[in-house]
Amino acid sequence: MIMIFGIPIQAFLGQLLIGLINGSFYAMLSLGLAIIFGLLRVINFAHGAQYMMGAFAGMLLLTWFGVNYWLALILAPVVVGITGIIVERFALRRLYELDHLYGLLFTFGLALVIEGTFRYFYGSSGQPYATPKLLSGGVNLGFMYLPIYRGWVVIASMIVCIGTWLLIEKTRLGAYLRAATENPILVQSFGINVPLLLTLTYGLGSGLAALAGIMAAPIYQVSPLMGSNLIIVVFAIVVVGGMGSIMGAIVTGYALGIIEGLTKVFYPEASNIVIFVIMALVLLVRPAGLFGRDA
Amino acid sequence: MKTSSMTSTATTSTGTRIQLILLVLALLGLIIAPFTFYPIFLMKVLCFALFACAFNLLLGYTGLLSFGHAAFFGGASYFTAYAVKEWGVPPEIGILLGVIGAAFLGLIMGIFAIRRQGIYFAMVTLALAQMFYFFCLQAEFTHGEDGLQGVPRGHLLGFIDLNQPLNMYFFVLAIFLIGIFAIWRIVHSPFGMILKSIRENEDRAISLGYSVSRYKLGAFVMSAALAGLAGGTKTLVFQFATLTDVAWQMSGEVILMTLLGGIGTIFGPIFGAGFVVTLQNYLAASAFPVTVLTGLIFMICVLVFRRGIIGEFNASRLGARLGLRTKQ
Repeated sequence: MIMIFGIPIQAFLGQLLIGLINGSFYAMLSLGLAIIFGLLRVINFAHGAQYMMGAFAGMLLLTWFGVNYWLALILAPVVVGITGIIVERFALRRLYELDHLYGLLFTFGLALVIEGTFRYFYGSSGQPYATPKLLSGGVNLGFMYLPIYRGWVVIASMIVCIGTWLLIEKTRLGAYLRAATENPILVQSFGINVPLLLTLTYGLGSGLAALAGIMAAPIYQVSPLMGSNLIIVVFAIVVVGGMGSIMGAIVTGYALGIIEGLTKVFYPEASNIVIFVIMALVLLVRPAGLFGRDA
Repeated sequence: MKTSSMTSTATTSTGTRIQLILLVLALLGLIIAPFTFYPIFLMKVLCFALFACAFNLLLGYTGLLSFGHAAFFGGASYFTAYAVKEWGVPPEIGILLGVIGAAFLGLIMGIFAIRRQGIYFAMVTLALAQMFYFFCLQAEFTHGEDGLQGVPRGHLLGFIDLNQPLNMYFFVLAIFLIGIFAIWRIVHSPFGMILKSIRENEDRAISLGYSVSRYKLGAFVMSAALAGLAGGTKTLVFQFATLTDVAWQMSGEVILMTLLGGIGTIFGPIFGAGFVVTLQNYLAASAFPVTVLTGLIFMICVLVFRRGIIGEFNASRLGARLGLRTKQ
């Protein structure tokens, strides 16, 4: 048996894969948070709840209308994105002029309402969501068994992350977004509808969270509380990465997912807290975060 | 979070007199209360009121939003429970150990948290408190999911039996009043003035030569210690310490109490705590999920009611007549 640092290679690679999968979700969620924060200056506490809504939307679309996974992959983010747009249009918008902490508190309340409502109707226990037929089963890589769906999640999340990055860095719409981040008043004076841009950004951010949710549904169980602990970890990741750059959020997400996975191999007791420990260390060395600019 | 300070300079003499009368009436009410209300409920309100006031010392007077105060409240409740149950120390020593433990936790967390500001400060405190939650989940002495149960109340100073509900009530009331007085003293001391100046304009406080981070850390540790005082006392009231007290929902609850009552007012958090605890008591029996209502109140407060109950009252015409209106 091949060993790496005294650990069987199967266990090592297995945890590496799990880390990479968790990292995929971390990356997609911190990406959404960074986009929303960049433009709206709101830390979206409801991001975890929107991730959970994405998973539920997928499940309910399947049980009520028989919508399959592939269609749900598009519909769930659209549905959750629309709810996000409504929230921004009627509530969040009123808070931009105030201290940013009010945005955090408002979305915290929103998260409580969403999670409480889902828990009222569906209980706390998780419900399974079947893996789509096309992606079920697995392949034997020789040194380990790779479930196809998990491989798909890693690849799909990378496509989503890179696609979003391209959208923001390389397109005209992205240029407007970046300009509005730097100076909204100036951009508005050029005749660009900045309030609409803000609304769409929040919709896009919550849609991204929902996409992560529907992708997570076949791996983790669909439960009302699936997002509430996750969001705190993602916050820590965002602090580590700093919210200055989109790419920074993506890279930090994957990296910390992998580190967390490897901790499970070498020191399982600390795997829950390793990301928080890294956050504390980064705060000591680089308070602005690895990719952050000083505020 | 900017809330202007409540200075007493504009107070009229009749206003002061009425304020004093109100204060005496409130004290009398607290003394009579256990004879008409259920003492455990009152003690719960007092503990949470002190917790919210301790939290408000940081948010209302220093302008730092901590999303991790459950760590101090729950941490102290574990420390006190363990000391009283396993070491058999008397209740007053148990609470003291809880306070010291919470202050120490506050020092450690504060050193990391004050390196960032605003939203990041909130996220860092939340993450550090979550770390402490996982520690409590896995550590031996907390007994994980079971928590520490059957914590004896013991005898205060060796001769006052705290198993008598009334004795316990007046013990809790005394701690509550000491805690509130300590907060009042801190807020009205030169130290408190500097905290307020940091809240209003941190850069100017720095340029005036104040070591802002040291003051912030000081406020953080004091707030943690007072939250610990509330947590340790709560443990003796309910005779258990569980993971609920260290979970992030608890941090959210104390924010709500403070926001609802009035950020940056001495008495606001007390009303906020009373309201939230009463609400939880009423809803405990019904099937309606408390978190939905809590979340709704949060959203409404943030949207239309940012000064809170006491803040709005102080700003009203009646409040102005009593000399409570905030001087802008």
